[in-house]
This record gives sequence, C-alpha cells and structure tokens, in this order.
Amino acid sequence: MRKKTPQRLLLGHGSGGRLTHELVEGTFLPALNNPILASLTDAAVLPELPPGRPALTTDGFVVDPPVFPGGNLGELSVCGTVNDLAVAGARPLWLTWGLILEEGADGELIAACADGTASAAAEAGVQIVAGDTKVVPRGKGDRIYAVTAGLGVVPPGREISDARIEAGDVVIASGPLGDHGATIMAARHRLDAGALQSDCAPLNGLIESVFAAGIDIHSMHDPTRGGVLTVCNEVAERSGKRLILSETEIPVRPQVRAVCEVLGLEVLGLACEGRVLAWVPGEQAEAALEAFRNHPQGAEAAIFARVEDTAEGAVPVVMETEVGSTRPLDMLSGTDLPRIC
Amino acid sequence: MSEAPELRDPKVVAALVGEIAATAAPMDRQVVLMEVCGTHTHAVAGAGLRAMLPEGVRLISGPGCPVCVTPVDYLDRALALADLPDTTVCTFGDLMRVPSSLSSLERAHAEGSPIEIVYSPRDALDLARANPARRVIFLGVGFETTAPTIAAAIAEAEAAGVDNFLILPGNKVMPPPMRSLVEDQELKVDGFLLPGHVSVLTGWECFRFLAEDYRVPGAVVGFSPADIMRGVADLLHQVADGRAEISNLYSRVVSSEGNPVAADLVARFFEPVATVWRGFGEIPGSGLGLRPDFAHRDAGLIDVELPPPHEPTGCACGDVLRGVIDPPECPLFAVACRPDSPVGACMVSSEGTCAAWYRHERLTGTGR
Repeated sequence: MRKKTPQRLLLGHGSGGRLTHELVEGTFLPALNNPILASLTDAAVLPELPPGRPALTTDGFVVDPPVFPGGNLGELSVCGTVNDLAVAGARPLWLTWGLILEEGADGELIAACADGTASAAAEAGVQIVAGDTKVVPRGKGDRIYAVTAGLGVVPPGREISDARIEAGDVVIASGPLGDHGATIMAARHRLDAGALQSDCAPLNGLIESVFAAGIDIHSMHDPTRGGVLTVCNEVAERSGKRLILSETEIPVRPQVRAVCEVLGLEVLGLACEGRVLAWVPGEQAEAALEAFRNHPQGAEAAIFARVEDTAEGAVPVVMETEVGSTRPLDMLSGTDLPRIC
Repeated sequence: MSEAPELRDPKVVAALVGEIAATAAPMDRQVVLMEVCGTHTHAVAGAGLRAMLPEGVRLISGPGCPVCVTPVDYLDRALALADLPDTTVCTFGDLMRVPSSLSSLERAHAEGSPIEIVYSPRDALDLARANPARRVIFLGVGFETTAPTIAAAIAEAEAAGVDNFLILPGNKVMPPPMRSLVEDQELKVDGFLLPGHVSVLTGWECFRFLAEDYRVPGAVVGFSPADIMRGVADLLHQVADGRAEISNLYSRVVSSEGNPVAADLVARFFEPVATVWRGFGEIPGSGLGLRPDFAHRDAGLIDVELPPPHEPTGCACGDVLRGVIDPPECPLFAVACRPDSPVGACMVSSEGTCAAWYRHERLTGTGR
C-alpha cells in the first residue's frame, strides 16, 4: 500500500534528506518492493548469476507525454530495458531505475509511473534492485525522466548476432509496426487516433517461447528509435547481406497509416516499444511464424522481408512496392520525431 | 484510408503501364511530362513509378515543394525576426533545415533563438494567446492549400483581438510559375500532371490557359499509384492525338470552380503580389501578400537588418525546380548535399525533388 505521495515535487525531494526518504518510503518502495531494493544499501548485492554470459544494457527515457494510451514512462523504461536484453538473446534479471524529476512535477504522475514500472517488471519477471532520485529546478527538465540499467544472462549455447544472418533467411515482425510512435505523435498533436495505443510491452516471454519451439533465431532487433528503416539499414550494413522488404506484407494498422498521413511521417521510421524483428532460417520460416503466433504477443506476426546475397553496387535495403516496382529504403535523416521514447 | 483499393491494385497499375507503353511505342521522340506538386513527387518516388515507365516517357518534377521554392532572403528575414526582443517565430517543421544565407532555423534554434515548430497556424495563434507579452510570428509558406488555414487563423485573431499574432507572408500560387515553365525556351514540357490538392481549392479551370494559350495538355490527378499512371496515360494519348485539353481525373474531389468559401476567406486577407521563386526569380502575381488593412499583422513590414543574400555555390536547385536537370546531374547531389547535410532546399523536405530522388531513386538508375 502506498503510504504517502507528495502533491507536488519539491527540490527537497531530491536533497537526500527527510523529503527524499519520504518519497522513497511512501511512493517507490510500496510499488517496487522486493528484498534487495528494500535493504536500501548503497549497492544492490545480487545472487550469483545463472550459467551463461552476462548481458548489460543502459537506456534513458524522456517520452513526451509521459502518460500515453497504452502505457507511461515507467512501463516504457522497464520494457525498453528488458527488450534490449531479450533481443540480444539474454534472459533479463535485474534492473536499476534512476529518476530525474522536475521541481513542481505532479506527485500522482510520479506515482503512476512507479506503478507502471512495477507492473511491467512483474510481467517481465525482473526485479528493480537499485534506484536513485534527483530533482532539478523547474524548467531544467520536463516532469520526469528515467535512466535504467539492465542485467541479464545469455544461456549457454545461444548465439544471436547479425554475423549469423544468411541469404535465404526471412524476417518476421512480431506484430503491427509503429503503434507506439503513432500513439505518441497523435497524443502530442491531440489527434483522435481511435482505439490506437502504444505497443509497449516486455518481449522476453514471447522470445523465450520462440526459442522453446526450437527456432534457430539468427538475429533479433527491437525497432525503437528510427524504426524498421534504421534497423534494416544497420543490419544490412553489419551483415553484408541485402534485405528485400515486401510492402504488402509489412503489418501496419490503418490508424497508424492515417496518423502518418496527417502528420507527414514515415511509417517505417516510427518507433515500436513492444515488437521484435527476427531473422530466422528460410527452412524454419513457417515454423517460426507459427511459434510467434502461438504466443499472445505474437498473434499478428508476419514475415515481411527476405535476405539475399549482395552484389557490387547493389542497394542494401530495397522495398518491393505494392504496385510491383522497387525502391531503395534509406534511414531517416535528421529528426522529425523528437523524444519518442 | 478510405481510398478505393483498386487505386493501389498492382493489376490496375500494370494495365495502365501497358497502355502507356503501347501509346508511347509508335512515337518517334521522347515525351516529357512534369508533375508540379510535391505530394506527387513523393508518391511517384514512394511507389517506384518512374522505373515502370517506358524509355520514351520521361517524368520530371517541377516547383511543387513549397519549402524548395522559398527564396533564401525569406529565411534570412525569419531569422532576423527571431532575434528581435520578445518575439517567437513559429514554423512548419519542413522549413527548419533549409539553409539561409548564414545559418538555418534549426541552427538558430539550437543556439537559443525562440523558434517553435507547429503543425498549423492555429497552434501559433494559441501560442500568441498564451503569451500576450510576446509577438508571435507565423512563417506563412505553402501554396493554395495552406493559405486558407492561415487566413482562418488571422480571421480568428481579428475576431478575438489577439494583436500579438503576425504572419510573415510567403504563400505562393501555382498557375503563374506554370506559365513561366511553358514559356521557358530551355525546357520542353509536353504535358503536366496537375496538382490534386491545390485543385480541390482552386478548381481546375485556372489551368485552362495551358491548353488554350499554349497548346499544352494537363491532367488533374490524385495521389494513388493508379491515379498518377492514369494521368500519364491520358497525357500520352493527348500528345499522340495532337490534342491539348485539361482532363479532370480527380473528379471525386476536384470541381471546375473549387472551394469558394476558402477562396473568399483567402481573398479577405490576401491579395496577389509579385514574389521571388527559387530558380525562377520574381514572377508577377505569384505570391499572396497581406492586404493593407491587415498591415498590423504583416511581419514583413518590420524593419530588420538582413545579410546580403547568399545562395550556396554550385547548388543547382534552380535548374532542378525548373525541370531542366534531374538531381543526379547536380555536382553536389549525394556528395556534398545529402538529406542530413542539405546544401540546397530541394534536399530538405521529403517532398523536395532531390530528397525524393536521394531516398527512393538513388542507385537504381531510374528516371534517367
């Protein structure tokens, strides 16, 4: 039970004194409680790691607005961190959660984000084992920012790498693309996007279920900032292989297309926060698709691209358009999507 | 989208490509068609339509991107206004990265100038209301399509007495530069794909002069792949038959006279003025200036010091905008001038010819 949440954040809530103590005891511990965090020591001392190679990641979260249809900054901070570990093939275990709050921020917002963090952590099966709170003067920040670190373990024998991508591989999207980015942009511009909501969700359960089905996933990425465009171009560059996307197979909701149309955004440049792109061997294409679809989070999975050997001077990422032509796909330039995650 | 699915049906498009090829085959010369709307440029590139056209048909892009045709001194003025005390400049995002003589709105913003990206003039008006002690200046660029929303914001400001909301007029209208294009000796355009969105506002009658005065056919088309290919086929038939008419192939939304309510609203606040187009120079009657009655909202009348206008050396945006060259013929294209470091305006907006080529047609060797 939450004992006490301040109405407005004061500079004193970040001073390390009594107000900080009250904020931690009254708002964060009740939400995130676990024995390691509750010890409130200077560093979380963790149990021994399970066998395998440790994986460590860090991320910052500055999304505007901090509460959006389908989630909030707290949930996002856990999902983003867990997903970065999961797409590396790791099983996420522990997270840290550092907050930079703005003087005057609404206490209920902070509490809602703490609750979001707790529920996403519970869903992902991870613990928040260390935290920090700072408060910056009004105008020096925007309500709430979070910074995380995440520790997980890649089980023995598992190898996820772009170097394993081969000609003949197919690429699966675990669900419709761009829901998160379109939701944020629609919220920011007060557009009515109907029932559209962020795809923000931890992916480790889905990914483990696909491994458990015996799928030899070669590589995985979560298309966050820069979206599918950036992931595909980076993978093509790192793997030295060519990617052919099929426009008609790319799963995108009509509302997402509509938001992009209104705001002049590139659909494939939108961020997802609960989708994975997986490169799997062509001979396992159908089995892999079925494995994804057998998990509730992968029910709308689709194969949307294939890998070919590249040739001298060939465009690395190509889209077969819906009318039967082709065009190259490049990364986004500059930014028309500030602060989407 | 509520668009009919057959407009994106590969079979429909393939049939039109066949019709285009069959019409072009007996012709003994290359036919040059021009689209003059940035959304068409974007749609053609996005669907890869240029690569589907036969050798004998060349589709080039005209001055249809509002950001691209905005002259450098407009940006210089916008930046100078942003330096004035208690002043905020509001702009469509597209304009942010266009190089000015010495900087860009994006760079000035990073250096602390009060420049805000808005999605509509209404957002700028809201900002003016919320900050009565500041002067809020909206950079009014665009064609016939953005003018009514700007006029509506001015009407609201007038009615509500929001005196700190100003416009830097930069709107342009499409027919005058098209007259320049058909009179251009260097350029031979056999037909125009006419702008669908603009025509919703203006109606298609305003393009009649192309056919009647210059014997150049035109087709008003929508933005789906089938719309555009149907327009190309129509223009080719006209060229083959020696006809010159204005076909309205977008009659599901375009009428002959357009939208009179919008036209009246624009005419209440704006009047035609001579204005400078990048690549074309000054064209009489091609701009929309604020009427003298609304001089109190005209940020163009505020006295500011401007640097001497400086166009980037080697940039061939002007020739690209007039359709005289394709982007790869510019020595800077994809070398010094790229979307993340644009030298010329055509590389900035996604509707810009160079940006569309860079993103969609670079390396594929299409478009010739």
